[in-house]
Order: sequence, then C-alpha cells, then structure tokens
Amino acid sequence: MQRIFGATRWRLVWAAGAIGAAVALATPASVGAQALRVPYRSFTLPNGLKVIVHEDHSVPIVTVNTWYHVGSADERPGRTGFAHLFEHLMFMGSEHVPTGQFDQLLEAAGADNNGSTTEDRTNYYEDGPSNSLALMLYLDSDRMGFLLPEITAAKVDLQRGVVQNERRQSYENQPYGLADENIIKRLFPADHPYSWPVIGSMADLTAASLEDVQQFFRSYYTPNNATIAIAGDVRFAQVRSEVGRWFGAVPRGPAVTRRPPPAVTLPADVYATLEDRVQLPRVYDTWHTVRAFAPDDAALDVLADILAGGRSSRLYKRLVYELQIATQVAGYQDGGRIDGKLQIFATARPGHDLNELQQVIDAEIRAIADSGPTQREVERAQNGIEAAFLNRMERVGGKANQLNQYAYFVGTPDYFQRDLDRYRQVTAAAVERVARTYARHAHRVVLSVVPQGHTELAAKEEMAR
Amino acid sequence: MTVSTVDVTRRAARFAVSAALIPALLAAQAVDRSKPPALPPAPPLRVPAVESTTLPNGLELVVVEMHKVPVVDVSLVTAAGSVRDPADLPGLATFTATMLQQGAGRRGALDIADEAAYLGASLNTAASYDAGFASIHVPKRRLGPALDLLADVVLRPTFSDTEVTRQRDLRRTQILQQQDQPVVMANLAFSAIVFGASHPYGRPLNGTQTSVAALTRDRVAQFHATYYLPNASRLLFVGDVTMEEAQRLVTERFGSWARGDLPPLADVAAPAATARTIYLVDKPAAPQSVFRIGEVGVSRSTPDYFALQILNTILGGSFTSRLNQNLRETHGYTYGASSQFDMRRTPGPFLAASSVVTAKTDSALIEFMRELTRIRDQAVPQAELDKAKAYLGLGLPSDFETTGRTAARIRELLLYDLPLDYYATFIPRINAVTAADVQRVARQYLDPDHLAIVIVGDKTKIAAGLDALHQGPIVYRDLWGQAVQ
Repeated sequence: MQRIFGATRWRLVWAAGAIGAAVALATPASVGAQALRVPYRSFTLPNGLKVIVHEDHSVPIVTVNTWYHVGSADERPGRTGFAHLFEHLMFMGSEHVPTGQFDQLLEAAGADNNGSTTEDRTNYYEDGPSNSLALMLYLDSDRMGFLLPEITAAKVDLQRGVVQNERRQSYENQPYGLADENIIKRLFPADHPYSWPVIGSMADLTAASLEDVQQFFRSYYTPNNATIAIAGDVRFAQVRSEVGRWFGAVPRGPAVTRRPPPAVTLPADVYATLEDRVQLPRVYDTWHTVRAFAPDDAALDVLADILAGGRSSRLYKRLVYELQIATQVAGYQDGGRIDGKLQIFATARPGHDLNELQQVIDAEIRAIADSGPTQREVERAQNGIEAAFLNRMERVGGKANQLNQYAYFVGTPDYFQRDLDRYRQVTAAAVERVARTYARHAHRVVLSVVPQGHTELAAKEEMAR
Repeated sequence: MTVSTVDVTRRAARFAVSAALIPALLAAQAVDRSKPPALPPAPPLRVPAVESTTLPNGLELVVVEMHKVPVVDVSLVTAAGSVRDPADLPGLATFTATMLQQGAGRRGALDIADEAAYLGASLNTAASYDAGFASIHVPKRRLGPALDLLADVVLRPTFSDTEVTRQRDLRRTQILQQQDQPVVMANLAFSAIVFGASHPYGRPLNGTQTSVAALTRDRVAQFHATYYLPNASRLLFVGDVTMEEAQRLVTERFGSWARGDLPPLADVAAPAATARTIYLVDKPAAPQSVFRIGEVGVSRSTPDYFALQILNTILGGSFTSRLNQNLRETHGYTYGASSQFDMRRTPGPFLAASSVVTAKTDSALIEFMRELTRIRDQAVPQAELDKAKAYLGLGLPSDFETTGRTAARIRELLLYDLPLDYYATFIPRINAVTAADVQRVARQYLDPDHLAIVIVGDKTKIAAGLDALHQGPIVYRDLWGQAVQ
C-alpha cells in the first residue's frame, strides 16, 4: 500500500498531539462491491505538460494537483534533502507573484494549499471553491515558468532554516525518529537512491546553494516533467482553455534521464544498535522486497497486514495481547516507484528485551511461510484495503493525487479498479510464498533502538532463528 | 531580516529576465500576468440538510444524507466525558472508552478487532473532556453488521477482570512513554498549570501512573452504567443512508437501551489567573524547545465565537497568520507556529504553540509576545480582516465534502447543543465581524500579563537566555505540571 514517508511543507502544530482529545476520532476507511471508476479526460500541451481532468459536481470545490517527477531519489551525494528544500522555495514568490502573495491570494479566495516530497515525486496542490481555478493556475504556472528570477540566496537561507527545523521537529526530537535513516543506509547500497532519507542530512542541507537551486529547476521543473490533475466542480472545456492560457508559454525543458537503480543484495543479516532518548527498546526488522505495482507488491501488502496490521493481526495477538511483552507492533510493505521494503517493528514492555520479541516475530513469519494464512485472514486484509480505496473516493483531492500517481507509476490515470483487482486476486498461497521468498529465506536489517546506555537490550544475532 | 518586501533591485532584475522571454510569450497567447486574474463570484454554500428524531428511550437520532460514495459514518456522542472523572481517578472516562472494545456481548476483545477489520470498518471509542464517543465508519453494504458491533460495544461491554488488568498494564506503559514525547509533555504540563488539579481540564485525560493503578472492574462498570445513557446521547449518521432506514436500524439495536438519570454536573470555576510566569520542563539534549503559551479562554457558548474565529485565523490559525509568518517565514526559527481557542462546555484554554530551535528559544519568546500584544494594541488592517473572512467562509464547503469531515462538523453542534441549521447562517455571521470586534475580543481574552509560558526544552541551554528577557520568573516543573526541586 502506498505510504507517504515524505516531508510536507507545513502542518498546524496540533495535528500531532491535540490537547483536548485522548484518542482522536480517527478518520475512517471502507469498502464497495461495485466497480470503482474515476472518469477522466486528458490532454497534453505542445510544451509536454500533461493534464488530467476529472469532473465531480457534488460539492462546489476544485483541486489542482501537480506532480513534478522528481524526488529525493534524484538527488546527488552531498545534497540529500534538496528536492524537499526546493519544494519549500516554490512558495516563496515568482516573477509576477511577490514574496508571500502565493499564500495570501489563495487564502483570500478561501483556498488551502500545500506540497510534499517523497523519494519519487514532489506534489503541490490547491483546494478551494470552484471559482478560484484561474487563480490556482495563474500561481502554479508562474512558479513553473518564472521562478528563478525571484529566488535569492536569502530565500534559500530562510527556507533552509525552516527545513532544518522540520527535521528537528519531525525526526530528531521524536522518539525513534532517526530509526528510518539508520535502516535504509544499511538495506540499500550507498549509490541506491533510496539509501538516504527524503528530509536529508543537516550537513547536506547546510551545503545547498543558490546554484544548486538554479540547476535543479532547469533540470526538473519543466512542463514536460510534470502532470497536473484537476478535479471537482469544473468543466473540461473550461479547464482546457484556462490551462492553455496560463501554461502555454512555459518553455519545454530538457528530457529527464535516469539510470536504473543498482541491484540490492544483502549477503547476510545486518545488526545495528542506535541509542536514543527513549524509555523502551524497539526492534525494526526490514527486508528488501519489490517496487510498487510489481507482481508481488499486493501479496506483500496483505502479508504485512496479516502479520502486523492493527489489533486483529497475528503479532498484535501474540506480542501485545497474549504474551504482553510488547506495547505496540506495526508493519507494512513500502513500495516506491523503483524499489521497496517490508518492515515490522515492535516496542518492548518494561523488563523485556528485544530478543524475546524477535523470537515471536520469527515464529509467526515461519508459521505463515510454512502453512500460509487462513482464508479469512486474506479476506479481512482485502476488505480493509478495499475500504481505504473507497475512503479516498470521498475527496476530489484524494482522487486527483491518485490519478497522478497512477499516471506516473503505471502509465494510465484510471487504474483504480485494476489496482483493487490486484488485491482481490491475492491468494493464501501467494501470501505464503512471499513470506518465504522475501522474509523467511532472505536476509534483513535488524535495528535495535535502545535507551541510552542500555545496549544490552538490543536484539542479538546469536539469539535469532 | 525580512523577505516580505520587494525592493527596487529585485524588481529591475525581474524586468530584465521577462524581456528575454517576450518572444515566447507572444508566440503563444498574450496573457496578462501583471495581476492575478479576476475571479467569478464564489459558489453558494450548500450545507447538507440535517434531520433529527428522538426514540422513545430518549436517544436522539440525527441523519445527514450524502450518497456520492457508498459509505456511512456513524457516531454516538455521550455524556461520558472526562469531566465526569472522579477527582481521585483521572483517566476513568478514557479507560472506560478503551474497555468498550475489550469484550462485549458474546464477543471477546480479539473478536471485536477481527470483526471490525473484516467488515472493512473503522471502529473507535474515545473520550474528550466534554463527551464520550463511539463511532464506526463502514461501507454501506456492511452497515447492518457494523451496527450490531457498535451496539454490542456500547450497550453490552463485558469489562472482565482479566481484560481490565491487561489494558491497565498497557496503559501504564503508555504513560511511561509520554516522557519520550516533548509535545505530549508540553500539552500535559500546560493543562495542569493553567487549570490546576482541582479543575477537570487540569487533570490528564489518560490519567497518571497512580490513578491507572487504581482502576478496577467495578469503577469502570459503574462509570459505564451511570453515564452511557440513551437520554443523554445523540447518534449521528452521515452518508449513504436515509432517515427511514437509519431509524429502523437504530430502533432494532438501540431501542431497548434503558433510560437513566444523568447526575448533574457542577461547573468548576477556573482558577484565578496568576502573573505571567515561565514554566520550564527540562528535556535534556532536546534540539528544539516546545512552546505552549496561554491562559483560560472561552466556552463554546461564547457570544464572541465568530469574532474569536476571525481573531485566531489572523493570529495563528492559518499559514499566513501572524505567528506563522513571523516565527517561520520571517525568522526561520521553526517549522510552524499557530494558536487556538479550544472552546469547551466551560471555558477551555487559549494557547499559542510552536517548536523552535533551541538556540532561538529566547528570541522566539520575544516574537510570541510581540504578536500577542500587537493584535490587542492595533486594529487589524482591512485586507487582513477580509482575507480571514474569506478563508473561513469560502473555505467552509470543503468541510462538507466527506462523510467524516461532515460528521465532525455536525458532532460539534450535537455536543454543544447548537441548532442543527447553524451552518446556514455561519457565513453571514463571519462576514459581520468588524476590525473593532476583533480588537475588542483580543483585549478581552488575550491577557499578556497573565500568560502561562510553558516550555519543554534543554534547561542548560535555554534558561539563561529566558531569564535575561525579564518576561517573568522562571519556575521548574515536570510533565505533570508539578514543581521540581
């Protein structure tokens, strides 16, 4: 299943820890029996800009969702975090839009906006009343066509400071926040573009220069490297004419070329320990798997759900409920555009070390690899995945972003039903096979995050299997 | 340093570059970029109709039909909020909510989790200060079994001793982990400091190690029997369902839920404000300092609701708000800064918040105080007022796009006894707010001399700088808001 690990431009402070609600009423998920369809029409401007239009007249709002096909995977050594830093600069004004006006104009029209960066892409969206479409296109076209004259070293410095604070807030000052970057650098070879984190390192963020910005913009922020999905209470003809008007003159850029990623091989298990300012130790098991939409991607999603997805999963039942040696367990298949990984993590309760947890995790993986899951477990996972699909259909913003993802990852925007079919076709035998192939008979990275000074709590190789 | 002004040099540079692009522009269409395009009139707000009926046992059923996607969002709002926690047992309401899912009717704890997942349903039980909640969001075709599950959970929880013990142990571990999370520490300390232990809003929603250890099956069962009452609850359906259908489904499952007498709730007065003080919660080696600055604010029933919404949008409720622009976009001290009036049944907190780089802790406090004072001292400019009105008014339709967001908006009406057609007049009431209104409520509700300034950070790196500002005495507290020696 798609997970956004990226960095986001901004968030209201309470998104993470509301003062007034102990257990927030979570936003939900669901299922549908009928076919999922998101009808769309598309066109391409002479400069290469692809546009996907989906009409939904149920609520008088519109969303403009732009994907630039560039992410942290396109960064070069010594400049990790740059794609995301650049994303921040896209809001700092363009030739005809003075600094600060991008947000001011949108809010004055009743619209919200944001952007986010992952390994594979950078997206930008505006959501607002349907009459604000022309404003959104004016602003988006100005920063696509006329950004560089307005970018100064001072702006780069300012947003560097903001992004460094984002890194502090979301990673360094969060318990276990540095686990991910310590895992991926061991799972992927150093020249693999998924081996560094989207947020980047402090040192690389410090090194980013105005010249880097100019170079990056000319290479990647071109109409021929972008797709715009527009959805909501608008008419195709109107969208086509407005997009042509605002984006028609933006010049085409050079073609983007990418080398295929290096092969990933883990010849042996890799054990590592990270000391952190935490009360309880946590173990992360991570295996190299497959990219999103690869043949085994859906079965791996189902496997992760059966093993560690929520309170009905096998590991929750064993670790948290029955044995009561863990406080929490989670797991997922994380497939990106070019590669993927399977991860399970569990946090120990006081008085328990990570080897106890590891032995249970290994036993449950072995059980599925040897005997497969039950039919009900497979159906349960499929139902939950279907529910998430339906949930996404409630928002034009959700549909637009998904149209863009399908367009980029599988080459056709309305892939909703075929994507769901991938999951419906997963069998118990397929789950058993991927458990064997990618976990039971494969090497992994085992990262123990332990309280400072307590490396004795770490998972040990000699205790495994 | 500021980046908000456009100087002459930059404008000249812009002209030079655009001249080079003129041939390309002419080759396409002439499009005037010199100013933003004029927009057609905004579409009118279409708020979905809200219907209501009351069952013989007093349970009010509220239905909002939305048929675009075949899903239904069902939520029960009860009186079982944390304000009902006994003073010696904070955490009882939220623990009872957790326990609802740990066995009900013939189902065990794992059966409930399994059934919800199998239905593709999201089942949640929780408590805030003012209410208890139980909700299920489910595909339409599985609505019946989902309501069976919800009815079991709400009406027939088992509360077995073994499950109480299991969840009590888990919660004690989770409380231990709160000290890993500086934002959680700041929220806990702030509430305790502003409201004090004798006020329900000053007690931690999830309890303390001591109170959780004292939870028993009997206390939980008694709390459930006392406060989960049909005549003190409202059940909201939003989605692909009609009133007729909802009424039938609910009557079958909740019709025999027995009435009871809801004990009266004595309002506790908030403590008198104390002189502005800096409360420092030490978090060694923290790379950022987490700020919560505030005081007792207003209740949801305040006649100043709309003026306060405008005030907060301008101060810290949007990206272009003053706090975010100042602390983030001008100074780069933080990833974001914001403010909030958390309006509850009785006055809840006002607070301004941010996480700032440790080295700029003192500088950030100066900027917080500057903005909290400026909005009182000077009337807000017309353009800023208009922007805030548009952001709130024109942005309202998106709050009614999904069943989940619509349900959240309607639950607020149910929780605070507001009329069901409330949103029909929302925009005119927002638009009626004047700059003088904003300044009046700023002066009335923001009191810079009596703010509690709670900061979770590395005291060895920030205390001296804060002390030198002379913004108030520095006292040391733990995450519970208690004095530290």
